[in-house]
Amino acid sequence: MGQRRWHNLSETLIEWVIRLCGISAIICVFGIFFFVFREGADLLFHRFDIVQFLFSQEWYPTSQSHIRYGVLALIAGTASVTVLAMLMAVPFGLGAAIFVSEFCGPKMKEALKITIELLAAIPSVVWGFIGLTVMNPLIITVFHAPIGLNVLNGGIILALMSVPIIVSIAEDALKAVPDSYREAGLALGATRWQLIYRVLLPAAKNGLLAAVLLGVGRAVGETMAVLMATGHAVKIPTSLLDSVRTLTATIAAELGEAPMHSDHYQVLFIIGILLFSLTFAVNLIADLIVKGIRNK
Amino acid sequence: MVVLACILALAGCKKSGSPESGHAGKTVIQNTGSDTMVNLAQAWAEEYAMVDSTVSVEVSGGGSGTGIAALIDGTVDIANCSRKVEPQEIEQAKKNSGKEPKEFMLGFDALAVYVRKNNPLEEITLAQLAAIYGEGGKTTKWSDLGIKLPGDSSDEIIRVSRQSNSGTYAYFREAILGKGRDFKLGSRDMHGSKDVVELVSKTPGAIGYSGMGYATREVKMVRVAKKAGDQAYAPNVENTLNHTYPISRPLFMYTLGEPNAATKKYLDWLHSAAGQKIVAQSGYVPLPESTAPTATPKDK
Repeated sequence: MGQRRWHNLSETLIEWVIRLCGISAIICVFGIFFFVFREGADLLFHRFDIVQFLFSQEWYPTSQSHIRYGVLALIAGTASVTVLAMLMAVPFGLGAAIFVSEFCGPKMKEALKITIELLAAIPSVVWGFIGLTVMNPLIITVFHAPIGLNVLNGGIILALMSVPIIVSIAEDALKAVPDSYREAGLALGATRWQLIYRVLLPAAKNGLLAAVLLGVGRAVGETMAVLMATGHAVKIPTSLLDSVRTLTATIAAELGEAPMHSDHYQVLFIIGILLFSLTFAVNLIADLIVKGIRNK
Repeated sequence: MVVLACILALAGCKKSGSPESGHAGKTVIQNTGSDTMVNLAQAWAEEYAMVDSTVSVEVSGGGSGTGIAALIDGTVDIANCSRKVEPQEIEQAKKNSGKEPKEFMLGFDALAVYVRKNNPLEEITLAQLAAIYGEGGKTTKWSDLGIKLPGDSSDEIIRVSRQSNSGTYAYFREAILGKGRDFKLGSRDMHGSKDVVELVSKTPGAIGYSGMGYATREVKMVRVAKKAGDQAYAPNVENTLNHTYPISRPLFMYTLGEPNAATKKYLDWLHSAAGQKIVAQSGYVPLPESTAPTATPKDK
């Protein structure tokens, strides 16, 4: 009798612990959002020039005569590096995932997966170091650029960092497509390419989109590597060989020395809110697209 | 047993917590001010903790002005200041406390202008630097300075600067561009003195500024002249000490009136060989040997 009650009790307890684990993500997200928002709220709601913030490229947070907080150039920096990185990483990542999941033999597959995981385990500061010391002179020599710390450098580094994530999640998504789909496709006389293009990719599209989005998230949120590889210059890029500065790198470089609760400190938190909103928007749009595809 | 242990512990606490010392029975020296000096002050404080374990030096930044203001208010024992105290600050201190700020010079900060080793640029004037770095400055190409870079390097001047709240950034801005003027946007803002030199050493068309202690074999320190036609001087200890190198300044600490015993002992240690060694290690210029003990011999 007592034993059964004990069992019931532990059952409920475990259920609650698991439930807590489940909603912890929600609590964390809201907690972080609340904290970031609270730190920036005072400035944001009282004496903040949001037009200047969003549409001016003049970032002079410590000017003696005329302090200006314009992040347009920083937004352009984040966007340019992210877009370039995705242009390289998405085709490569998805191609690699298709190869690993559909084409290669078991031994090769094992070797590739281990190597890709190893690539994902390289710390971002090491990537930044590679950007600074290896890619910089390389880009100068190859492109005759005045400086090798630029959009191209940052984009390549970010692409290399996002590819492993895209590959492993996309590969999981492809693996999750039941074998009966493949068998049915082959039985209908489809070639391998037709099978992939017409059957596997549509069947795995949600997972593949998730893979790409996580790659985008990694690229937008990455800090240390882009801080070192992009040159950290406040400038709207007009070519791939221009130096830029990203939103994340600005926070990383300046928050440590901005006096607590000063305007500068709060502006950096408002940049945090902006980043948060950006990723939220990207996720939301992607979610809506997936739903749209599904409902068709 | 447990109760007894608690009582003993409490009694022990009470005994060590005498009124004029801190929690752990330590004398605390509050030290605030110049951001340029904050790393140096921190290094001193850490080293001094090993020299005298009964004293703990608490260092914070905020700027030279903040340090002096706190000193006048009496909330700190020592103010770090990378400029001389201004006359109105002395007045205010006199009015508030009847005491004058007492000055201790502890070393010098010299900023070197770096280019890559094979750059033919040998000397530069302050006006040329302002035209390169300042907002609205017209100089963007090496050919504007009459320099032809070796090989087929691009003609563009790659300006290497610091992140906007670094003390070095603020000092260079004031010394080169003048009060109130800002940097030209689009410079590569590095996060450390060492990073500036590192980037300059890897980039053919780069120019950067950083403490002279950060020089490496792949970079060249350009001689700097006050204005066109003047003699240009190289950044070194000698030229810093005789004030011929234009981008250097003394580093000060101020106390309100005569320092108390613990503070005086600390300041004396900063002037000693051990303290001055840390000045050099932190990338600044130590005091010349002859002037080292500048603390007044008059004891209270």
